[in-house]
Amino acid sequence: MEHQTDDSTLVQDYISGDERALEILINRHNQRITSFIYSKVLDRDAAEDIFQDTFIKVIKTLKKGNYSEEGKFLPWVMRIAHNLIIDYFRKNKRMPKFEGGDDFNIFSVIGDEKPNVEKQLIKDQIDSDLSMLIDELPDDQRDVLIMRIYKDMSFKEISECTGVSINTALGRMRYALINLRKIIQKNNIVLTNY
Amino acid sequence: MDQLYTPSTEKCELVSASKGTVKFLLDYSKSLSIVKAEGMVFENNLN
Repeated sequence: MEHQTDDSTLVQDYISGDERALEILINRHNQRITSFIYSKVLDRDAAEDIFQDTFIKVIKTLKKGNYSEEGKFLPWVMRIAHNLIIDYFRKNKRMPKFEGGDDFNIFSVIGDEKPNVEKQLIKDQIDSDLSMLIDELPDDQRDVLIMRIYKDMSFKEISECTGVSINTALGRMRYALINLRKIIQKNNIVLTNY
Repeated sequence: MDQLYTPSTEKCELVSASKGTVKFLLDYSKSLSIVKAEGMVFENNLN
C-alpha cells in the first residue's frame, strides 16, 4: 500500500497534518539516504546523526511551509544530506576526531612540533660539527656546497656566480658530498639525532 | 586493470538509520509546532 502513494502526495498529506505520511517517507528512503551518507563519512554513528539532522531540517521546512515542489522529494533530501556531510567534514577539519586505543598517546596529537631542549642541543652540535667538516673540503667544493645548501641557490646561479659551467658546479657538489662522507666514515662521526 | 577497482567494499554497504532514530524523528515532528505571527515564525517544541 505504501508504495502506491507517491512522495509528493505524502508530502502534501504531511503538510496538511498527517504524521503517518512522514513515517512512510522516512521508512521508504531510510536505507537509500543513510547508505549515501555512510558512503561518504564511513562512520555509522556519524551517518545516523547526519540522517537525523537531515530529517529535522526536512520536518522544519515542511512545517514552516517553505517547501516548494520544484524538484522531487528525494533529490531535495539528498541535497540537504549532502550539505550536512560537507558541514561534518568542515567541522572535523577544525576539530579532528581521534579514537583512543590501548596504544593511543595524547601527546602524539597535542605535542609541540618544535624539538625539545635536548633535541635542540643535539641539533646545534650536529650543525657545528658539520660546519667544521665542510671547512675541511677543498675551496671550490666547499663554495658550491655552501651556496647550494645554505644559500639555497640553483646550480645555474652557482655557475654564474663562480664562473664555471653548470656541469662543473654539479660535479663539484657531487665530489663535495663524496668527500664529506669519506671524512665522516674515516673519523667515525655520528651525525644523527637517534 | 585491477587498480581501477576500489579495494574497499565498505563504500557499497547498505545501512539504515536505527528504529530509535526514526522514532525520535516522528516524535520530534509531532511535538514541533510552528506559529506564524506578524511576519515572524516561531518554533515551539511541545514536549
